[in-house]
Amino acid sequence: MRISVQWLQEWLQFDETPEQLGHRLTMAGLELDAMEAAAPAFTGVRVGHVLAVEPHPDADRLRVCRVDAGGDEPLTIVCGAPNVHEGMRAPVAVVGAVLPDNFKIKKSKLRGVASAGMLCSARELGLAEDAEGLMALPPELEAGADLRAALGLDDTILEVDLTPNRADCLGMRGIARECSALLDRPLQAAGVEAAPVAGAAQVAVEVEDAEACPLYAARVLEGLDARAATPLWMRERLRRAGVRPLSAIVDVTNYVMLELGQPLHAFDAERVGDRIRVRRGREGERLTLLGGDQTVTLAPQDLVIANDAEPQALAGVMGGAASAVDDATTRVVLECAHFTPRALAGRARAHGLHTDASHRFERGVDPTLVPAAMERATSLLLQICGGQCGPVVQCGEAPTTHAEQAIALRPERIERLLGVALAQDEVERILAALDCRIQGSAEGWTVHAPRARFDLAREEDLIEELARVHGYDRLPQTLPQPVGPAGTTDGLRSLRSGLARRGFHEVISFSFIAREVAQAFYPEVEPLALANPISADLAVMRPGLWPGLVTTAAYNQARQQSDLRLFEQGLRFVPDASGLRQEPRLAGLLGGYTRPEIWEGERRRYDFFDAKGVVETLCAQAEGTLDFSAEGHPALHDGQSARVRLDGKPVGWVGRLHPRLCERFDVGAVYLFDLDATVVARAPVAQFRALSAYPSIRRDLALVVPDSVPAGAVLAAIDELELELLQDVRLFDVYRGKGLNPEEKSLALGLILRAFDRTLDEQDVASVTAAVVQHLQARFNATLRQ
Amino acid sequence: MEQLQQLVAEARDRIEAATDLKALDEVRVHYLGKKGAITAQLKELGKLSAEERPAAGQRVNEAKTEVAALIDVRKDALAQNALTEQLARERIDVTLPGRPQWDGALHPITQTLERIESFFAGLGFQVAQGPEVEDDFHNFEALNIPEHHPARAMHDTFYFDAHRVLRTHTSPVQIRTMEQQKPPLRVIAPGRVYRCDSDLTHSPMFHQVEGLCVDTDITFADLRGVLSAFLQSFFGRDDLATRFRPSYFPFTEPSAEVDIRCVHCGGEGCRVCSHTGWLEVMGCGMVHPNVLGHVDIDPEQYTGFAFGLGVERMAMLRHGVNDLRLFFDNDIRFIGQFGQTG
Repeated sequence: MRISVQWLQEWLQFDETPEQLGHRLTMAGLELDAMEAAAPAFTGVRVGHVLAVEPHPDADRLRVCRVDAGGDEPLTIVCGAPNVHEGMRAPVAVVGAVLPDNFKIKKSKLRGVASAGMLCSARELGLAEDAEGLMALPPELEAGADLRAALGLDDTILEVDLTPNRADCLGMRGIARECSALLDRPLQAAGVEAAPVAGAAQVAVEVEDAEACPLYAARVLEGLDARAATPLWMRERLRRAGVRPLSAIVDVTNYVMLELGQPLHAFDAERVGDRIRVRRGREGERLTLLGGDQTVTLAPQDLVIANDAEPQALAGVMGGAASAVDDATTRVVLECAHFTPRALAGRARAHGLHTDASHRFERGVDPTLVPAAMERATSLLLQICGGQCGPVVQCGEAPTTHAEQAIALRPERIERLLGVALAQDEVERILAALDCRIQGSAEGWTVHAPRARFDLAREEDLIEELARVHGYDRLPQTLPQPVGPAGTTDGLRSLRSGLARRGFHEVISFSFIAREVAQAFYPEVEPLALANPISADLAVMRPGLWPGLVTTAAYNQARQQSDLRLFEQGLRFVPDASGLRQEPRLAGLLGGYTRPEIWEGERRRYDFFDAKGVVETLCAQAEGTLDFSAEGHPALHDGQSARVRLDGKPVGWVGRLHPRLCERFDVGAVYLFDLDATVVARAPVAQFRALSAYPSIRRDLALVVPDSVPAGAVLAAIDELELELLQDVRLFDVYRGKGLNPEEKSLALGLILRAFDRTLDEQDVASVTAAVVQHLQARFNATLRQ
Repeated sequence: MEQLQQLVAEARDRIEAATDLKALDEVRVHYLGKKGAITAQLKELGKLSAEERPAAGQRVNEAKTEVAALIDVRKDALAQNALTEQLARERIDVTLPGRPQWDGALHPITQTLERIESFFAGLGFQVAQGPEVEDDFHNFEALNIPEHHPARAMHDTFYFDAHRVLRTHTSPVQIRTMEQQKPPLRVIAPGRVYRCDSDLTHSPMFHQVEGLCVDTDITFADLRGVLSAFLQSFFGRDDLATRFRPSYFPFTEPSAEVDIRCVHCGGEGCRVCSHTGWLEVMGCGMVHPNVLGHVDIDPEQYTGFAFGLGVERMAMLRHGVNDLRLFFDNDIRFIGQFGQTG
């Protein structure tokens, strides 16, 4: 909403500067977005009276004018504007004037004729974006008067950002009411007088949906001159409000909307006919909108204004082209109605529209404005376009709203919510200034909110008004009673920082990805698709975190950063029979060299066992036995992929990205892991275990087993024995080749033995070793290597 | 016995001549070993008379002690030489670069979230989580945003079907918390949120932190106190000015937006604060009675405040990041810059 300070001053007297007013509005919830001058800076421009116009001797397009600019002698000015004519008043920039953009006016000669200044268009003065010819000034302006003073151009426009609950401030009347409360100055509201009814013409109105349109008023105006010029003062106010002046009839409806906040619409009476019906749109009906550029297809949710034949307007949004007023219009049906926010909600948007009218009706227009706005617009139209008006035909009544209901306001509730009591006279002053009706009662007050305020329905709403007008910054600040610090912390926090300490970079990638990418990684999942994605690349919810990690790796590798350790935590989205699983995951990627380049030795590239080692570390605190088994995953290398289980329950995957996907996403060999974040984050509180005071003994064995036996199975088999003395088993070599059959391998195991009550002797070592060897022989046909 | 003196003199020369421990040991064996030359002198004593024997024995022992002492001295000297040589041999170029460790880092958004969580944890706020694919009821309806409310249009919602949306804010976690727990409540809900909007200053996915405090005696003054303290702590300035501007959110009443003095220009006015001297950082208010009503909490018995803030904005202000999109490009050169700030 753009507020002209000059216009506002017609409603109330105040001394605050525009800056101070803007600050006060901001601190009351009407945020000042911008402040600008009503006209750009210029000097030396006066009201000129064109006394004579003669042809230029040497140029067809130029005229030589004699202009009274208030000096002793008329000025001779050469002018090329097509509309210059004898008797007109127009701005004249005299010699020495400086126009916007520092354009200085000097004495000059045009095609041999001396010119002592320049007659100006509105565009040249920065008062319009384009203009045909000179800016015509009202004849009552005195020749020679300074134009800025004559037009009140030294005005400031405050542009405020209104929250959706403050539709009451979408008109100067509401803004003035608000300022009156904020500045504590009386409001000088001008009453509206009814125009005398002089004709009998009227339209028949039928409202089919009284819930959507509880009140519809229409009247016929006849004998109008649609070509009449909109008075300059009105054009200026429209312009300062950011509304483009068009023609007198349209300008008046816009002006009344800006003044009072009530949108109106004028139909050409000849075209709309004499029966108006407010009804729902019918499936497939079409309506070409004002301007003729856009045709909308209507739906039953739309409310339309129709004649007997077809819709003529999208109610409360925009009129139709067929019944639009134009220069030839002489009879008008003026519509002033109340459409409920509920009826209009979302309708303009559904057609890709957003208009001044829909903006107001969607947020709520004071229904009691209808008669006043109708009379105000009628008076202005008759004043400007002449003619006469018929009676107002009204269908329905202003709807009853919450405003009819008394709201109880209790002083103790004010204190309970704001943390401070407000003085009784302050409460009463503020509410009265906001146009509430107040009565003292036993509990405090009984308050009736003004009809314009759709947002005042209950006690808390009134308390907000009190706090707002009183000033939030004048209210106290306290801290609530302390309670103990939160007991639970984010279990992933320590895992995250552990990864960062091990050289991982945490990434955050979008939760939505391209459908083809989702399917490349997770072909078995039909991903959850957005109905309105921003692009095909961000169209479905990710079924896992790997696509984000792999594309991030590709992004970095393309920037010469090929050694990568990345991780991400976040939800994966897996639709299944029961609905949608949204599961927190912790996933990571390793690629490139295991350490930075240095002056010595060879570097090694990451492989499967680096990724597996990270998984083992992440799961070290989790409860349960960790297990890896060779299983295939569509996104992983067939021979380098393992399912991760905790106590037999699948919790994730680790493996090498499938070469097919490496190629597709343009990354080198990378290794991935993906874990159930809730499981790995659930670390029990560490419990102390006794330390042995006795030394440990190590015994190394080399066992030959068939190559098909997984090393993990051998280690698990030793675990199964649950040998009390065996503290640890270290697999320190895997050998194939010379000395062994081709289908055999040798596993070198270091057995670490220790007791809690004594130093072990050779007999202990022998019995443990024998137990291990025998068991492995039985299970895997293992033999001690000779 | 002249022979003894000669042996000692000879031994002295050979000890001096020994250049390593092995040679020295050979000298020791030659003179002091079981079959050594000086040891042999002791065997000669038997040939002497009983009167001569003690004095002669004493002389031989003195010679033995003398030679042994000479060997020890020489041994120390040789050990010292060997050590010196070893140290010289093991000299390295200490100016060669050290073996580097890979540097890792948490994402600056995570670091910002952790900073926020830590502050509120100290005030007794628990961390709560909620789903990101959310239903219409929790994202809008229960927050007093009925269908067709103008606020819905302002949310640019991503939706899946008539009932499911990507949450547009973390506020639905308020509702889910209050459905499951009864006051007193102190929770914060950090997480990803989504809006169908993408340009220089809008990302279709970003992060918010929602806060909720409900008890029998929570006031707007508490809200102001907590948030002012939080903002001062977050930016590490106890003189940071804050201001509360009335605003509108369907789920709070009264509602406010919180501005801080521009951390870039200190209020002088600059590009960062659009020359206003203030930066809008949070939205907040007293929980609307309708919201409490939706979750069966009696608004006459309990009052509460709620707030929400945009994490990217806080991170940008704290770390001076000037482009929102950097957070989601995940260039490790960017993320790595925040490794030391934990």
